[in-house]
Amino acid sequence: MMQIRGWLAVVRKELTIYFGTPIFYITGFFFLLLAGYFFYTNVVYYSIISFQAAQQASNPQIAAQLNPLQMVFRPLFAILAIILLFLVPFITMRLLAEEKRSGTAELLFTYPLTDWAVIAGKFGAALLLYLILLAFTVSYPLVLGQIIRLDWGALGAGYLGLVLLGAACLSLGLFASSLTENQIVAGVVAFALLLLFWIIGWVQELGAGDLGRIFQSLSLMEHFENFTKGVIDTRDLVYCLSFIYFFLFLTKRQLESRRWRA
Amino acid sequence: MQTMIEAQDLTKYYGPQLAVSRLDFEVAAGEIVGFLGPNGAGKTTTLKILAGFLAPSAGTARINGYDCVTDSLAVRRSLGYVPENVAIYPDLTVTQFLRFAARAKGVSAKAETGEVDRVVGACGLEEVRGKLAAALSKGFRQRLGLAQALINQPPLLIMDEPTIGLDPSQIVEIRQLIKNLEGDHTVMLSSHILPEVSQLCHRVIIINRGQIVASDTPENLSRQLGHGSRVLLTVAGPDEQVRAALAAVSGVNRALGQGEGKYLVEADSGVELRPQLARVVVERGWQLLELKSQEFTLEEVFINLVTEEES
Ligand SMILES: Nc1ncnc2c1ncn2[C@@H]1O[C@H](COP(=O)(O)OP(=O)(O)O)[C@@H](O)[C@H]1O
Ligand SMILES: [Mg+2]
Repeated sequence: MMQIRGWLAVVRKELTIYFGTPIFYITGFFFLLLAGYFFYTNVVYYSIISFQAAQQASNPQIAAQLNPLQMVFRPLFAILAIILLFLVPFITMRLLAEEKRSGTAELLFTYPLTDWAVIAGKFGAALLLYLILLAFTVSYPLVLGQIIRLDWGALGAGYLGLVLLGAACLSLGLFASSLTENQIVAGVVAFALLLLFWIIGWVQELGAGDLGRIFQSLSLMEHFENFTKGVIDTRDLVYCLSFIYFFLFLTKRQLESRRWRA
Repeated sequence: MQTMIEAQDLTKYYGPQLAVSRLDFEVAAGEIVGFLGPNGAGKTTTLKILAGFLAPSAGTARINGYDCVTDSLAVRRSLGYVPENVAIYPDLTVTQFLRFAARAKGVSAKAETGEVDRVVGACGLEEVRGKLAAALSKGFRQRLGLAQALINQPPLLIMDEPTIGLDPSQIVEIRQLIKNLEGDHTVMLSSHILPEVSQLCHRVIIINRGQIVASDTPENLSRQLGHGSRVLLTVAGPDEQVRAALAAVSGVNRALGQGEGKYLVEADSGVELRPQLARVVVERGWQLLELKSQEFTLEEVFINLVTEEES
């Protein structure tokens, strides 16, 4: 019970700092600008194609492709996932690095908070921030849904995928921030690791056999894609949740080792 | 008397570098203890271990009966820590920061506002409550550091160099704040400035190069080594008789034999003993080889202790 209060204290503190500094507004601005731009162009493209398809005698193959999920939202989700790659390091880089650099870590870790309360608090705040940004993009399908019929189930799966993918990236970013006192280094490390988990699956396409399949199954992109197809597979869920737990756990180990080393 | 801090064999290595070595000391509940030593002596390291921020490489520390490593949460509930160079969150206002501290320390939602108001009042922070911590002067920062430590009334306060970097009037204010804590809290504070410690503390632990070199009340340290006068004699004569004869001289508090014909004679300050001591020795027919006065200020005690170690 006390630790829940402690966890909430950390969440609130982190949110106060996020909202009190420009990070949130700047990252939020670019995130929504890019998301809005791609949504708009996708919709325009979709309407042109469907217009043409309606004029020509309907070609069944094209018609099958012509639904808003395929034409608008799957590409949008893919773009959002790539934007995440750039966004996450900005959100997570200061979380632990700045505490160490400014010396406030000495306060934080001499308060009666468990390491988990601190980690979960920082992770929770970053996740909440991301969910707020994501919530803005929900307005796109809501608006489009007024005009045409949408498959809400498949959209929901896509958003679940985005939430899990975001949480996974944030947990990795938090870990990167625990490695150093330097925010910039933390950001760069986070970006590099995220990129690695992104492209690791490409090995498969080069034909690397069994090893390639293992790499592919580690790839964030690979698991995320299933969600955007509107498919919720337990393997993908388990992968994302394990990924999150793994990096939060590494973060905890990193904090513990600090206690013994320096 | 209940023990608040108990350190046994406390040792800390940073990689290969030894920072503190086998410290043994106790602090009783209610004491104000000064932890004195030059820069690099190991004060910060020791205090960080006590506060549960660092784990010792060897030895144990107990706070309020709880082990600093195995019972870290209970230890951290028992203490308030003011780090060196008061680290504070620059992007939070004074009130936001203190509210965070209250929640983190488990103050109930109902008591939170009252507790924040209490420490704001106790530390004279009323006029800066709404300001961002980044905008505070060094003096107010230090008070804020103290205020967050006072939240939830921990029995023990640990302060690392609480007056470092302050101007003289701010130093007086902070000292007064610390004085006010007497009675309600046990306080352990570190400093590399001697007068500060001797004014504030019931007891002084002097540390140098990671080892304790002295531990006593400031009065005792002064009496033994400071404001009293000491005379060092070297006499060729029968040991016990010489010591007794010196002790019998009026005005002498103590005469200590130090071997090899050396004697240390202590008296209250302002008493000039040398003529009488010389006369006694000569009258008995012993040879007076050396006679010199040793006047120590507390600073010199400190410097002596520290340089003895180094030579
Ligand atoms: N993080 C660290 N890594 C390596 N050595 C350190 C570290 N912190 C302190 N030291 C060394 O340990 C010794 C004690 O330092 P410290 O406890 O900060 O002394 P003080 O607070 O008395 O000035 C010094 O020699 C210092 O150089
Ligand atoms: Mg220090």
